[in-house]
Amino acid sequence: MAVTTMIGAKIHRREDPRLVSGEGRYVDDFTRPGCVALAVVRSPHAHALVKSIDITQAAKAPGVVAVYTHKDFVKVLSGTMPVTPSFVAEKKQSPPRFPIADKEVVYQGEPVAVVLAETKYQASDASNLIEVEYETLPAVMDLDKALEAKSPTVHSGAPDNLGWDLTYIPDDPAVMKEADVVIKVRILQQRIAPTSMETRGVLAEYSKPDGTLTVWMSSQSPHFVRLFLGGAMGIPENRLRVISPDVGGGFGAKISPYSEDWLVPAAAKLSGRPVKWIESRTESLQTTTHGRGQVFEVEAGAKKDGTLVFIKATQYLDAGAYMGTFAAFQACACLLAGGAYNWKHVAARTVGVLTNKVPTDPYRGAGRPEATHLCERAIDLLAGALKMDPAEIRRKNFITTFPHTNHFGLVFDSGAYEKALDMAMKIAGYEKLRKEQEEGRKKGKYLGIGLSSWIEICGFGPSAATAPATGGIALVESAQVRVFPTGSVAVYVGTHSHGQGHDTTFPQIVADTLGVPYDSIELRHGDTAEGPAFGYGTYGSRSLAVGGMAVHKASKKIVDKARKLAAHMFEAAEEDIAFDQGQFYVKGSPDKRKAFGEVAFASYGAGLPEGMEQGLEAVAYYDPSNFVWPFGTHIAVVEVDPETGHVDLKRYIAVDDCGNIINPMIVDGQIHGGVAQGISQALYEEVVYDNESGQMRTGTFTDYLLPSANEFPIFELGRTITPSPTNELGVKGIGEAGTIASSIAVINAICDALAPLGIKHVDMPASPDRLWKQIQEASGGSSNGKEARK
Amino acid sequence: MKHKVATTVNGQRREHEVEPRLLLVHYLRDVVGLTGTHIGCDTSQCGACTVTVDGKAVKSCTMFAVQAEGKSITTIEGMAAKDGTLHPLQQAFWDEHGLQCGFCTPGFIMAASYLLSQNPNPTEDEIRQGLEGNLCRCTGYVNIVKSVQSAAKAMNGSKANAGEHSAAARRS
Ligand code: FES
Ligand code: FES
Repeated sequence: MAVTTMIGAKIHRREDPRLVSGEGRYVDDFTRPGCVALAVVRSPHAHALVKSIDITQAAKAPGVVAVYTHKDFVKVLSGTMPVTPSFVAEKKQSPPRFPIADKEVVYQGEPVAVVLAETKYQASDASNLIEVEYETLPAVMDLDKALEAKSPTVHSGAPDNLGWDLTYIPDDPAVMKEADVVIKVRILQQRIAPTSMETRGVLAEYSKPDGTLTVWMSSQSPHFVRLFLGGAMGIPENRLRVISPDVGGGFGAKISPYSEDWLVPAAAKLSGRPVKWIESRTESLQTTTHGRGQVFEVEAGAKKDGTLVFIKATQYLDAGAYMGTFAAFQACACLLAGGAYNWKHVAARTVGVLTNKVPTDPYRGAGRPEATHLCERAIDLLAGALKMDPAEIRRKNFITTFPHTNHFGLVFDSGAYEKALDMAMKIAGYEKLRKEQEEGRKKGKYLGIGLSSWIEICGFGPSAATAPATGGIALVESAQVRVFPTGSVAVYVGTHSHGQGHDTTFPQIVADTLGVPYDSIELRHGDTAEGPAFGYGTYGSRSLAVGGMAVHKASKKIVDKARKLAAHMFEAAEEDIAFDQGQFYVKGSPDKRKAFGEVAFASYGAGLPEGMEQGLEAVAYYDPSNFVWPFGTHIAVVEVDPETGHVDLKRYIAVDDCGNIINPMIVDGQIHGGVAQGISQALYEEVVYDNESGQMRTGTFTDYLLPSANEFPIFELGRTITPSPTNELGVKGIGEAGTIASSIAVINAICDALAPLGIKHVDMPASPDRLWKQIQEASGGSSNGKEARK
Repeated sequence: MKHKVATTVNGQRREHEVEPRLLLVHYLRDVVGLTGTHIGCDTSQCGACTVTVDGKAVKSCTMFAVQAEGKSITTIEGMAAKDGTLHPLQQAFWDEHGLQCGFCTPGFIMAASYLLSQNPNPTEDEIRQGLEGNLCRCTGYVNIVKSVQSAAKAMNGSKANAGEHSAAARRS
């Protein structure tokens, strides 16, 4: 690699001038001549039979172009929505899902008809005129009850509601006996709506004469959509173009394909008109996949001296009415249940359960926040039982030698967990905080300090591990680098940037590798008609560690060819050519140089070395040898008001290690956003359904609480750098780190604050109402509590 | 059925015939063709659609286009100077990494412009409270607050601050 000048620099984002000027282009900003608006008629019931659909009135309404139902769509769509094996290869059942309901609806919001009209107001008006007759059926809403033998089923005629039941590693009763103290806890991971500020949206145009389909949509993985949609519509990939332009956030909910991703293109084909659908916020809360939605039963044991012995986790995962494409991905919570620590034994089992709710799928962190939550909660409970400081029990049990193979065979590539803990404690002023806490307790102040020493598996991922998990396609990454005759460079990548700043960071890598000016490099992504044949998309904190490496690899291919050509131009042997900051020269005579641009120009001319083709471009696919493993320690400081149950988040400290850094400003931004989302899960957010009717109670922002600027403190960041040995850039990932760490830091802080009342565990969201009730119960029931409240 | 509406948008006079129920945000996006004003919710909670109407911040999804009759509207597209120089708020959001996906950004910039017009020297708390009507899912608001602080300084002519940040900026 050339001498680093751009990598590691705080370069301001080149996408920003457009975005701050209102010139970003999101799906809803596009239209096509003759475009019609599509509105979806959705089931108001969680579970019902569709007896009849009367479209007569709607079809006659002003501006209406067409009304389509299941019977129309089966003419142009075949197959079912994709479900990958992910971390559970064998499912007990995975109900087949067609993008629109036929005879039975199984969650509130499931599509039953669509209306096409000249304007969106007309489409919306007409959609209200469609009369659907339903016969309601019992809705399965509760995870525990869903598993009871007498439970009604989510789908009529199904044997039960069990999606999967997989024990990765069973108990080891002999090891369990070695523990001096054992704790048990049941942890709720509530359903969360991922809630990117831009909802989903699809615009599709079908050309009948050419048999081509172009789709603009808000997606994290346009190539996967092309693959699946092409299959469903019988259109080969060379005639199907998916464009994901500026995207207003994804957070995991724009990876999997959705019903509308099929219905809108199909409606374009059926009607012969371009069709656009933009999801409303209520549709988004009701029908975009939810995250989390799990319950964990956790048991853990330690020796008297604090040595950890065993942890055992059982995950009950609320899959919803169908399996999400990556429903079983969240089972990775089991594989990381041991966290950053040495345990003699780790046991884990995952149970997937169907319910009459919208499917769950990845949401920022996907399985890893859940793992961190359960492990860090267990560690604190053990510390409490042993009367040890939470920092000490962590320090005593950290994994310290790398590479480390965990109980499930996953290999942690590098880490320095204690270093991050130390730095976080230093920034927090840990000792002083503990003193303040002690003082405060005497005065009836409930101050709490919560630790979270997190680890993460990311950078998905090695082909050997990921091809079976997707059902065939390995999650590698592709890049194409083109050097034009006058030396400017275009880079095409298979990842997708929707806030992560790749337009800036990837050219930073290329600038260093090629030694050309940063400004001469342009990054392009999100259009399947450009660049390599397949791209894998952005999720799982993989873009840099896999996509960035693909960019680096393709750039190196360019340098290799340019070096050959430079040798030829110098009439020297290739081994004798040095390349430094964009200049070639013969070793030993650095005064005679050829700039990269000169060599690029020459590559398009005559007189190339024997057998060399003209041009200077390269495609690379990068298949990492392992996942990458970021880590860190976060500390939350809270004060709980025992009278109201209100939590005041006073400080938040985050020390994260994601290996080498390309652009520190962007890394910090990712941490800020991630931390805020985790805090938000801890304190505010929850998708609530009525348990009887299956109606969603949180269908608007009035009821689904998203925090504003007023709810957060400034986050105090620190950083350690432990390069990854997995890739040449030494990089890991940072997109999900904040979310993985933060929900449990806050919950541990709240539990710490309320410990004098005898409260051991608090579930999320730790709303004033939930805490107040717990505080009331604790104060009423324990003398300990009463005393503390005096 | 259709009503005449005449407005001034970013300094330009506009006249259209619109349905009385047409929301101002749809008018701006679909009729005037300015798509920088975004839509993030159905219940006037997210602030993505914020514009200023006669200098006051308004969520343009809460108002009908016909209610803007005779009024002067500024959208994000009207913030930069004619020669393309970014407004200090736009510049500050860029310099301070105040945006990630950028979807909420136009609304934040418009809300902040109103805030600073009322309170040129807001404290951190006043900024946080002043922007309470806008939601961002990407930034945790950290750099949004910093952006507004930095813009306030720049707009008040505090050279030290502006210099420091633009020097650190575009290293290329
Ligand atoms: S779109 Fe106007 S407040 Fe959300
Ligand atoms: S930058 Fe994405 S919502 Fe604010």
